[in-house]
Amino acid sequence: MLLEIKNLHAKIEGKEILKGINLTVNAGEVHAIMGPNGSGKSTLANVLAGHENYEVTEGEIIYKGKNLLELSPEDRAREGIFLAFQYPVELPGVSNTNFLKTAVNEIRKYRGEEEMDAVDFLQMIKEKMKIVELDQALLKRSVNEGFSGGEKKRNEIFQMAVLEPKLAILDETDSGLDIDALRIVANGVEKLRSPENSTILVTHYQRLLNYIVPDFVHVLSDGKIVKSGGKQLALELEEKGYDWIKTDAVA
Amino acid sequence: MNDIANFKNTLTSSFTDFEKSLNGQSKQPLHSIRKEALANFEQAEFPNLKNEEWRYTNISPLLKHSFNPLPAVLPLMYDDIQQFLLGDTFNHVMVFVNGRFDENLSKINNLPDGLIVKSIATDVEEDDPNVLEHFGKYALSEGQIFTSLSAAYTFDGAFVHVQEGKIIEDPIHLLFIADARKDKALIQPRNLFIADKNSQASVLEHFVSLSEDIYFTNTITEIVVGENTYFDHVKLQEESKRAFHISRTVIDQELSSNFTSHAISLGGDICRNDINSKFNDKGGECTINGLFLLDDSQLCDTHTLIDHAQPHCNSHEHYKGILDDKSRGVFNGKVIVRPDAQKTNAFQENNNIILSNEALINTKPQLEIFADDVKCSHGATIGQLDKEAMFYLKTRGIGEDIARAMLLHAFASDVIKTIKLLPVRDYVEAILTKKFNQ
Ligand SMILES: Nc1ncnc2c1ncn2[C@@H]1O[C@H](COP(=O)(O)OP(=O)(O)O)[C@@H](O)[C@H]1O
Ligand SMILES: [Mg+2]
Repeated sequence: MLLEIKNLHAKIEGKEILKGINLTVNAGEVHAIMGPNGSGKSTLANVLAGHENYEVTEGEIIYKGKNLLELSPEDRAREGIFLAFQYPVELPGVSNTNFLKTAVNEIRKYRGEEEMDAVDFLQMIKEKMKIVELDQALLKRSVNEGFSGGEKKRNEIFQMAVLEPKLAILDETDSGLDIDALRIVANGVEKLRSPENSTILVTHYQRLLNYIVPDFVHVLSDGKIVKSGGKQLALELEEKGYDWIKTDAVA
Repeated sequence: MNDIANFKNTLTSSFTDFEKSLNGQSKQPLHSIRKEALANFEQAEFPNLKNEEWRYTNISPLLKHSFNPLPAVLPLMYDDIQQFLLGDTFNHVMVFVNGRFDENLSKINNLPDGLIVKSIATDVEEDDPNVLEHFGKYALSEGQIFTSLSAAYTFDGAFVHVQEGKIIEDPIHLLFIADARKDKALIQPRNLFIADKNSQASVLEHFVSLSEDIYFTNTITEIVVGENTYFDHVKLQEESKRAFHISRTVIDQELSSNFTSHAISLGGDICRNDINSKFNDKGGECTINGLFLLDDSQLCDTHTLIDHAQPHCNSHEHYKGILDDKSRGVFNGKVIVRPDAQKTNAFQENNNIILSNEALINTKPQLEIFADDVKCSHGATIGQLDKEAMFYLKTRGIGEDIARAMLLHAFASDVIKTIKLLPVRDYVEAILTKKFNQ
């Protein structure tokens, strides 16, 4: 078992958003979390990544046998958790290359590995850029600054490819992408798929799941997982919307 | 009141000793300027918070000390100063110790044709008409207590003259070393840079100290940028954290001239920088950028004035401040667009990051526009380190300290990146890296 979320409750600004989430993710699995806007999907993603604005009031998260909630966001990343942001942050003045190099070496340092030398690093970066078909000129630019929406999303997947996480959480990485960009993103995720690595795909469209076939689909509504199933569930949701599940849950 | 009288008395009483030390020089025309300045000093009002120009900066802590206008100058060796030479990359270096020119430590014997670099004192001895034509003509003494103090005790300082049509590729490094191990030195370098028509040069004014002692640097620089001339100026201030630093830079810009300035302020307990640039003719371009990095109880006050006295001139100003602990910053950017100065473009921006609850910045644009066909803009921001940016970096495995250093570096980098002298830029980058990673 890679990740186990038990009865997770979380608040932001005094308002309870997550109201008892239970979810188990085993190594090698892809889980899709779907649900209407405002249901708490990004909140869950942010709590997993360790955002300080969210307060966990109840429940626990066990990751690789450790209490995840005790780890700082940077240590979570070093332990292999990666969050692809729904709205990636622009970092004017921080060059993409410097940013990635620092990240790679911070993670290596934590793992007791030596820093990567400049030549190997550049070689690796160039390989990974090909996966997401990003223009190399972007390396010199500031992180996400002036990037188009699609470039930002692809840059998240590029970072994921560079950092090679154990558990990747993709928060609506598919939203707002044209079909070509969607295919590139999906391809990037597929490349990382392995028996050791797991992925949580947060989305509210079924479209991405045509390209990345999930092992499980969960429906989040009002801070709770109200239904879980196989990939078939995503198609059902696409067809009928979320309403039938909400009433179902209440009933 | 008593304090002020004492302060003035201490400083004026050394004047007779100073005169004696000048020997024959006290007969020269410059000496009447000195005496006139001394009279101005005695009469000038000591700035207080009621004075609009000093509203946010209480300079009265200066009165608690009795500074020596004729400070001891201990002999220094190359090893003492090597750390300040930016990797020994510059070919033209003038070293001043407590305001006195040190010929042995300097490197000005290999000057290209058309570049004159010497101490003002030597230049006066040689009766250079340029000194009398320009000295004290831009930084006026009257009513200015610190300028008149500087003029009264004028002895050494850098005189740089670039002759017509000369392009000086190598920058001129002026290294002002404060050595207050012996006494509370009053250090007053007095600089004059003249770049004639169609010339080009860059000068770095660099203020350092040998120890973290109390002293008072009071420095004046006058710069004449001739017609169609390009002049690049960097002032890097890394004084003792207990020092007082008051500086005034006055620039006269002639027809189609281009002047750029970067002021990097890191040291000093109380630091006040005045930069005044005036377009005396059309077609001028002026860039005034700066960065102040403050912590502890440091106070740094920057007052700039760009005087658009003539049409078709552009000015760009960008200052950034990073303030930690109980530090205080003041930025006052005044732009005057006079009635004839049509087609003026004037842009000003001041951005600040406050890292603690107790740090404070007073920022004030002051636009006085009397012409109608002009484009002027100004903006000021005060904020904290962006929390979402910090979180983003952390989710990539980057620890708190490095993440913070990266963001501060990024913030400062817009200003640093526009420094044209690469060794200076690298040196400043290295200082920032060291400072932010602490
Ligand atoms: N910073 C915040 N302050 C207050 N409420 C918030 C904040 N962020 C999210 N919320 C609220 O939490 C709820 C869930 O939001 P979110 O997790 O972003 O949903 P989703 O990603 O499923 O669209 C929404 O009602 C939203 O308004
Ligand atoms: Mg969301």
